[in-house]
Amino acid sequence: MSDDAKHATETHHPTGNQYLKIAIILTVITAIEVWAYYIPALVASPLFNPALIIMSALKFAIVVLYYMHIKFDHSLFRLLFTASLILAMCTGTALMFLFGVFKL
Amino acid sequence: MASHAAAALHSASGADAGHQNGHEHHHYTTTGLDNRKIAIWAFLGSECMLFASLISTYLIYKGKSIVGPYPTTEWVNEAGKVFKPILDIPTTSASTAVLLMSSFAMVLALQAVQLKGKEIAATASWWERIQRSSQFWLAATAFLGATFLGFQAYEFTSFVHEGLTLKTNLFGSTFFTLTGFHGAHVTVGVLWLMSLLWIDRTRGLGPKDELVVDICALYWHFVDVVWIVIFTLVYLIS
Repeated sequence: MSDDAKHATETHHPTGNQYLKIAIILTVITAIEVWAYYIPALVASPLFNPALIIMSALKFAIVVLYYMHIKFDHSLFRLLFTASLILAMCTGTALMFLFGVFKL
Repeated sequence: MASHAAAALHSASGADAGHQNGHEHHHYTTTGLDNRKIAIWAFLGSECMLFASLISTYLIYKGKSIVGPYPTTEWVNEAGKVFKPILDIPTTSASTAVLLMSSFAMVLALQAVQLKGKEIAATASWWERIQRSSQFWLAATAFLGATFLGFQAYEFTSFVHEGLTLKTNLFGSTFFTLTGFHGAHVTVGVLWLMSLLWIDRTRGLGPKDELVVDICALYWHFVDVVWIVIFTLVYLIS
């Protein structure tokens, strides 16, 4: 049996209770984001936007890794999605440079 | 040896979903992976490009509207009419929580399909028993998705009543285009889920249908992650 086949047969997905814990974590992060939005001192902080982006990226990663099973699935799927995601992010960033949102 | 490896991969990727009516419809490729699963991941990759361009367009034109209403600040028009900030964060936070919960329901629907036919202990708790009901979780996911769409319909209607349409200003154009495209994706997802629920009620979904449900689940979770990004970039970031 090839390594890939072994990998594919040995991996297992999280259980229902683990999915529940993940859902609670996602809800807590969302609650923190919304709570921070209503604290003027936090909104005025230069760290507010980066913190929101980090929390959003964390939620994104949790859903993709565990709910979409990319952590447990074949590496080709991971490659297809992450390569497209990186390409999409680069395209978006390039567009924002072109239209002057970001400046060099 | 190679055939053993291919068979193992075939089984692991749920490719035996095509076994119906005594006929075997193999969809696996030279990689040993099912072509439908490769296709959905490639499709989701292309969707990343679509939403990245829509989100970028929103961010490019953010704060460049000449007339209101504006998303987070008041605006007074020439006639002296005051327009309050248009975004309703509490309502959108609730709809975000609903969509997150729908993703949770979706993974449990897939798990229920995978576990169908396996014995459950007589002493199992209600939580362990409910986890085995694919119909319940598919219905819950579709209901939560429809609830999210209800929130979006309410939001769009209230925005129009408050004077913001697709043609009002740059914010209106980019906001309705971005969230409208996302809402259209959620609508497709709800219809897809309802069709799976109908199949489950008529002939029953089992482990052989794992891949069919998995593909729908991947699409649904993708719609969820896109909203995670939209919620932060459009609604929360100042």
